[in-house]
Amino acid sequence: MSTFILLLLTGLGLAGLYYLVASGLSLVFGLADVLNFAHGLFLSVGAYATWWAATSLPGAGSEGFGFVLAVAFGVVAGAVIASIVELVLIRPLYRRTIAQVLVTVGLSLAGVALLQAIWGADPRPFPRPAWASKVTMIGGAAVPNSSLLLAASAAVVLAGLLAFLRFTRVGLVIRAGVEDRAMVTALGIDVRKAFTLVFAIGGAAAALAGILAGVQFSVVSPGQGTSLLIFGFIVVVIGGMGSVTGTAWAAAAVGLLQQFVNYYAPGLGDICVVALLAVVLLVRPQGLAGVAGGAHA
Amino acid sequence: MSTEPVARDLTGAPERPDPAVSPGAAAPPVGDQPDVAAKSVVEQPTGAGRSGEAAPAGAPPGAGGAPGWSVVRRFLPVGVLVLLAALPYTNLHIPVLFDRPLNAPGTLHLIAICLVFGGLALSYDLMFGRTGMLSFGHALYFAAGGYGTAILLAQTTWPLWTVALVAVVGATVLAALLGSIALRTKGIAFAMVTLAFAQIGAIAASRNPGRLTGGEEGLSLDGRRLPEALVGVVNTVNLYWLALAFVALVAFVVHRIDDAPAGRVLAAVRDDDRRVDVLGLSPYRYRLLAFVIAGALASIGGVVYVLLIGGANPGLTASDLTLSLLVMVVLGGPGTRWGPLAGGVVFAYLDHRLTAVGASEAVERLPSVLSGPLSEPLFILGTVFILAVYFFPGGLAGLAHRLGPLQRLLPARVAGGGSGGASGGASGRTPS
Repeated sequence: MSTFILLLLTGLGLAGLYYLVASGLSLVFGLADVLNFAHGLFLSVGAYATWWAATSLPGAGSEGFGFVLAVAFGVVAGAVIASIVELVLIRPLYRRTIAQVLVTVGLSLAGVALLQAIWGADPRPFPRPAWASKVTMIGGAAVPNSSLLLAASAAVVLAGLLAFLRFTRVGLVIRAGVEDRAMVTALGIDVRKAFTLVFAIGGAAAALAGILAGVQFSVVSPGQGTSLLIFGFIVVVIGGMGSVTGTAWAAAAVGLLQQFVNYYAPGLGDICVVALLAVVLLVRPQGLAGVAGGAHA
Repeated sequence: MSTEPVARDLTGAPERPDPAVSPGAAAPPVGDQPDVAAKSVVEQPTGAGRSGEAAPAGAPPGAGGAPGWSVVRRFLPVGVLVLLAALPYTNLHIPVLFDRPLNAPGTLHLIAICLVFGGLALSYDLMFGRTGMLSFGHALYFAAGGYGTAILLAQTTWPLWTVALVAVVGATVLAALLGSIALRTKGIAFAMVTLAFAQIGAIAASRNPGRLTGGEEGLSLDGRRLPEALVGVVNTVNLYWLALAFVALVAFVVHRIDDAPAGRVLAAVRDDDRRVDVLGLSPYRYRLLAFVIAGALASIGGVVYVLLIGGANPGLTASDLTLSLLVMVVLGGPGTRWGPLAGGVVFAYLDHRLTAVGASEAVERLPSVLSGPLSEPLFILGTVFILAVYFFPGGLAGLAHRLGPLQRLLPARVAGGGSGGASGGASGRTPS
């Protein structure tokens, strides 16, 4: 029983990490049709910004309020970089989907190489508060605090995103834009402003994912974001592109499946995740929450 | 694609000049010799009936050369192939491009690697540029061929040729299997699914299941298991010829498909798959055909590459490799006849040489803000790639096309300074 609880909670922690990566990807794709390969770069930017802040920024550190400040710095850095990318690189290529993909691919290659040039290819120890490396006893299982932190953060982000989309005017525009962008534009609303906002939100979520991945793995390396990005893509496809709740369910399914299978058959978990992707595509090509024949099916 | 219209224009233009071009190109001489120039435009706009001063000036590159040039264009690939095949017999030294003479093993090895990536990029373009499928999993089949060869050589006692055949057939079956699943999706979803499949390959290669793949360190080929002609530095030349044969094979297959009816269907699938469906052909089957052929060609490339570098390593499966393939094709010019090949060769060459440039003294002496990024080839290539997407969407092939009008304008201007008549003759041949 304690093993089950441990796997359940660490699986949810993994799911939280995937959700944080995938939510931005999914929204950006749903609204702007941009498959953002540079999303992995936002993860790395967030992680490195926090690492830098914790070691160099006055007031910030790896404990208590200083750590919160460092994390906030990283999240803001991710949001700012994402907005700049959208404004400078993506916007001129509006509606040229393939060209946008190519630009983000180039950006991810160049950006990771740039991080590598500045801070080296080797992983660096990530500053994390002492309590993050401890465990909490829940139902007889020793659950790592970092997993709980991930799951809790993802839940907060999910709730925040849902509230934002449901109760604000901009959220309404974004939801409508995902449904039918042409119609929203025809009503005289500039959807492109929402694009920038969605990019910023996605960048912030990705930066948070990168930071928490740093806390979880206790190191940060330039290529870390890119490998997480691939699981983010899988979650987005399984969840149905553009759906916030679908992405959440898919992230939970992928995280739990991977954790449970990897416990009983080490190494098979990743393969099971891709098998799940294949099954979902064969049964429901539009994803869990996708609408058959919809604009983005 | 890019060569043929030009050749046709060169032969066809003397009889049928483009009225829109002639006056414009004939404009410069107006200032020098108004009468002659005006007459040449009004009375003899074709330039073909002109005699006297125009003929000697225009004849060498134009009228006499036109049919010859189209023949040259047609047999140019064969000529280049023969030249490349004969490359190891020269000890020519090209100072900036290569550190050593052309027939030095190091140089041949570098060229061979460039050629393999050129062929790989062309095989990728069969999907991307020619059929319009954005796959992020092409490296998987390259790796399947490479790892298949390395593993079979280590685990069996079969001769190399059997091993290579089994590896390629296995990779082709894998491509057919995964392709049939992945192609149930289209567009961006297809890109993500192929990426996910390729990621499994990457995980499998680095996790070392059953001690087969050698994990992160990779799997070196055992020299005793290879034919003697492929082992050792002195035999680099044989590997070079092998790489050249691979490129020739890919170019032959891809260009044969281009020219065949199937190639036209592939282009139609790219441009409008619903119309293909309405015409009674199955876009799914043609996509799968392109996917499987591209996968098979990539796996042959994997076999050659593993022989070339003496082993398989997880870098073969990395998603970065597929992304690089995309960069190569886009830099070269997707869908063009030779663009992807050129893009692959140039990219592989730069990737290799820029590392040397980054480590060179000139860069070391720069402030660290500059020298750091400059020592990362992928930073430079990624930046160039982004700029290319904005400013040169057609890639290298498109660049040649864009520079074409400039080139043709140049001799016209030079001749125009000398005599108005020659300029009129040249403008008559200027293709639109």
